[in-house]
Amino acid sequence: MSDLFDCREAFATTLEELASTDQSIVVVVNDSISSTRLGGFKKLYPERFINVGIAEQNMVGVGAGLASAGKVPFVCGASCFLTGRALEQVKVDLGYAKNNVKLCGMSSGVAYGELGPTHHSIEDFAWTRVIGNLVVVAPADPIETRSMLRAIAAYHGPVFFRLSRMPVPNVHAEYYQFRLGKASRLREGGDLTIIANGVMVARALAAAEALEAEGISARVLNMSSIKPLDADAVVAAARETGAIVTVEEHSIYGGLGGAVAEVVAGSFPVRIHIMGFPGFAPTGSASFLLEHFGLTADGIAEAARGLVSKRGA
Amino acid sequence: MTSTEAAVARIRASASRIRQRSLKMVHHSGLGHPGGDLSAADILATLYLSVLRREAGDPLSPSRDRFIMSKGHCSGALYATLAEVGILEPEQLGTYMTPLSLLNGHPDRNKVCGVEANTGPLGHGLPIGVGCALAAKMDKADWRTFVLTGDGELQEGSNWEAAMAASQYKLDNLTVIVDRNRIQQGDFTENTINMEPLADRWRAFNWAVAEVEGNDPAALLECFSALPFEPGRPSCILAHTTKGMGVSFMKNKPEWHHKIPSDAQLAEALRELEECAG
Ligand SMILES: Cc1ncc(C[n+]2csc(CCOP(=O)(O)OP(=O)(O)O)c2C)c(N)n1
Ligand SMILES: [Mg+2]
Repeated sequence: MSDLFDCREAFATTLEELASTDQSIVVVVNDSISSTRLGGFKKLYPERFINVGIAEQNMVGVGAGLASAGKVPFVCGASCFLTGRALEQVKVDLGYAKNNVKLCGMSSGVAYGELGPTHHSIEDFAWTRVIGNLVVVAPADPIETRSMLRAIAAYHGPVFFRLSRMPVPNVHAEYYQFRLGKASRLREGGDLTIIANGVMVARALAAAEALEAEGISARVLNMSSIKPLDADAVVAAARETGAIVTVEEHSIYGGLGGAVAEVVAGSFPVRIHIMGFPGFAPTGSASFLLEHFGLTADGIAEAARGLVSKRGA
Repeated sequence: MTSTEAAVARIRASASRIRQRSLKMVHHSGLGHPGGDLSAADILATLYLSVLRREAGDPLSPSRDRFIMSKGHCSGALYATLAEVGILEPEQLGTYMTPLSLLNGHPDRNKVCGVEANTGPLGHGLPIGVGCALAAKMDKADWRTFVLTGDGELQEGSNWEAAMAASQYKLDNLTVIVDRNRIQQGDFTENTINMEPLADRWRAFNWAVAEVEGNDPAALLECFSALPFEPGRPSCILAHTTKGMGVSFMKNKPEWHHKIPSDAQLAEALRELEECAG
């Protein structure tokens, strides 16, 4: 078993690193910093650390104001509240007004487990993806977290960066460079393609490995850039492998699966199986819930077998 | 013993059980918010035992007083309180946050009969309370609405939007109780966002305000008995409490907002609470 990492460590250290060379980088938080791991940043750069209290709408607006005056704010909070509570600020103050704010949604998906649907953030891809001018990205491992943060800091414009806190292995090589709008092809395959992102990428790779043993060759794409989406990679997957499973720690509506389906329907229609959460989750830990909804290597492999068996039917 | 003294004694005993049970729940599930559970226990016990009009055996009686736990992260204390009045079975408390349990980390009215609102994101309870109070006025019904908020929670602007609507509509059937323990998640409120002058802020929004020792059932009971404080105005009770009240090593310590007691700490906490109750 490979080592598992909490991507928040990579997030916090990379942000400190970026701030050491770019004086315009500031952080905005709401109340606690234990869930964002930004205690180190606060110590290093207290004058560039703003805590607005428990007030997410204000937090996003403040971020927009800072950006409009030349700062590069990383506005960090639990993804559920950051997106859900402040959605109109995200739409108007960031997207519409094109303010250079990096919205960092922490503990996304069902990471908050037992705390329940109020704290789960399985709607955030759908909510943010439809907002004009807003870039939407989610890293799969610490290596990608670092590379992605550097890329979005260098990019001028509003970004929603979605970070889980569930432990994941590194799925990328150390030299990997994230590029906006580009999927990373982590495994070659010709029978179908599994498109995943975030926490689900490692599980997709494990599923592909299991399928290989059964003679099914699955391509695996890490679609960490949801918007812009790597349409070329999606069309190639449809054309070359003929079937697609998408899997995300998100609702089955409007997220990665929806984005892929939009591209496939208009280019090279093939069957797509969209995996995610069908609605609000019951009580349970994050790992219990992923298991409960089949968001495991086994579940993904099962969906893949189903698609392959329907091929030509 | 006068009847008031007897009521206060019952509330104290009940509050002590709420504290013990909510700590056991937090310890057992390894999750939860012990500091805020302990600070709110006396308010919850007073409300449920002596203030709220409820019909035994009918938690959804249309004429019931509504209680909305806006600080939904303190679900442990809420569930333990519902067990005090027979809405939950005490044994059910052991399922707190276990897989597929009805006792989710934040209360869900579709899972627990007697929970009035699905809270958890802070700043939802008071607007819902305003809606309840408006409905009662429309129906010329005499049931009342009570909302318990945290003090850090009041940093959410939605509370103040609701506060303006409540006074505009002269909702004297609505009471907000602020659990003023001076601590939020990461730090003391005053080190984060200053809340003072809190009483004057509510007054400025045209609410009638009373301040009370919020961990003293006798004082709470007296305060609730004076409701509404002014006809034609919503009432605000600033309940001065101590976060972690009842357990010496948890008292007034921000980290106990969501820290989980070890086995030894739980035993020590239960011993202290038992001693105090005895
Ligand atoms: C909208 C929203 N933002 C952030 C949180 C995370 N959170 C949970 S409890 C808490 C602190 C609440 O402090 P306070 O209202 O004073 O409650 P108490 O001290 O009574 O526990 C925070 C920030 C949340 N639940 N909802
Ligand atoms: Mg507080």
